[in-house]
Amino acid sequence: MNCIIIDDEATARLIIRQLCTNVPILNVLAEFSNAMEAIKYLNQNEVDLIFLDIHMPDFTGFDFVDTIKNPPKVLLTTSDTKCAIQAFGYNCIVDYLVKPITLQRFQKAIDKVVAKKLSAPAEALSNQLEATSGNDLFINIDRRLIKVDIPSIYLVEAKGDYIHIKTEDKNYTVHSTLKKIEEKLPTNLFVRIHRSYIININKIIDIEDNSVLIKKDIIPVSRSNRPELMKRINLL
Amino acid sequence: MEKPNLSYIESMSGGDKAFKQKLIDIIKTEFPQEKVIYFKNIKANNYKEAAENVHKLKHKISILGLIKSYDLAVEFEHNLIDGNSNSKKDFEFILQNITNFLEIL
Repeated sequence: MNCIIIDDEATARLIIRQLCTNVPILNVLAEFSNAMEAIKYLNQNEVDLIFLDIHMPDFTGFDFVDTIKNPPKVLLTTSDTKCAIQAFGYNCIVDYLVKPITLQRFQKAIDKVVAKKLSAPAEALSNQLEATSGNDLFINIDRRLIKVDIPSIYLVEAKGDYIHIKTEDKNYTVHSTLKKIEEKLPTNLFVRIHRSYIININKIIDIEDNSVLIKKDIIPVSRSNRPELMKRINLL
Repeated sequence: MEKPNLSYIESMSGGDKAFKQKLIDIIKTEFPQEKVIYFKNIKANNYKEAAENVHKLKHKISILGLIKSYDLAVEFEHNLIDGNSNSKKDFEFILQNITNFLEIL
């Protein structure tokens, strides 16, 4: 895990760096004596974990967390026990380490971070197709929520633990299920024609007995889904 | 009066003498600087700023194993936040205690 240390006290930074040497999975990329320098660094670098002091001149640890977009996991380090309740109002703050930090307590905090990170993909999976708004669907790819115009989607294909979303101008691969995206797509536009395919009815070019031509893709139609497809098209 | 000690620093070092010395050197550099700022603020009755200085000095107090002194520093910090300087004398005695200890290290 790539991490950075933010603390105005050199003593504290050295101690945290030393504690990190005891945990092989931690890789300290940089340390900062003030939050502003760290913000500049985070604009250009990706980190997994921040050791963050609360009490810093001008810009507190909480100001820092409020400022950065998509904060990584944060372990607060402080000599103050009374900010704990405020700290747990933030999803990104995993634990609260009171100085002087012992190795045992430090290790426990890292275990919590690891546990959170391991559960993150499952959380992301359940959340990644949640954010829909009107004609838009937001999909989570590499921790970025990318907006996809729903009417431009012509085909969704299941491939193992992933789905391929094909649109007029771009294709996306998302860690999700066909069932999950089916719930998010408008039923007047989309229909499931096979256990592995959902298509946009408006994009159909032609239908043969057991297949549909949509764009340049020939998609199989399962026997069980065919009646629903026929019901949904405007048949003369 | 309890005496400062290096138990915490030694537990952190895990036998790494270079780390131990580096940490001591940093404390020897930072502590006097923080002390100067504290005295400047307390002299000017800038209690809020002095409370922040005490907050930072608290860490050094705890690193040097001064448990009772740490509690006193916490109390003094709260007093300063509340706008009074009760426990000032005791707190400054702690600072002197640490200064004496760092001089012989």
